Amino acid sequence: MADKTTIIVQSGDMDKLYSALIVSNGSLAMGMEVSLYFTFWGLLRLKKGGLNSGPLSKMHFLGLGKKMMLGRMKKNNVASLERLMADFKELGGKIIACEMTMDIMGLTRADLEEKYIDEYGAVGTYIQEARNSAITLFI
Amino acid sequence: MAEIHVDVRGETCPVPLVEMRKAVKKAQPGDVIAITGDNAASKKEIPMAAEALSLAVLGIEDNDKTWTIKIQR
Repeated sequence: MADKTTIIVQSGDMDKLYSALIVSNGSLAMGMEVSLYFTFWGLLRLKKGGLNSGPLSKMHFLGLGKKMMLGRMKKNNVASLERLMADFKELGGKIIACEMTMDIMGLTRADLEEKYIDEYGAVGTYIQEARNSAITLFI
Repeated sequence: MAEIHVDVRGETCPVPLVEMRKAVKKAQPGDVIAITGDNAASKKEIPMAAEALSLAVLGIEDNDKTWTIKIQR
């Protein structure tokens, strides 16, 4: 088993994107490789300006719950998604965007934050990444 | 051999680990990286990460509300 973490980021919820990026950055910090495969609602977070626009998975309350949660996170000095993403890229994390989701959602590469994306692929790309990963998660 | 100081006081999971890793990447072999923080989990986990990266932990120092961990690249 290679020292590698592979995560399918299927959810576009803000809190779940936090989970994915925190596990990823912890893996990178501890010397592992990381690949994130963004698909379905998760892919929407890679749209230009989309990183922060996800709802809270529970108690979103039309945005009020999310606002309160962000306030509490700020008070506890939790890093922003931009910071986590910048650290992820700096430590060599890899991002794959699901091409089928792009077709379904009518997204072109120009609609996405291309600076984050290393590769565009389908299930075969994910399997090649995951088959030798010690940690695989679906978030 | 240089001593590199990393200040992660006030930072929480996963930032102390990430900043440690960034500093290790930039350091030269033999350099000492001294990380100062106040997050309880990170005090446990930075030595775990050092071990995973095959780096020596030179010491863990406790101050009033902070800790300093020294690791060698």
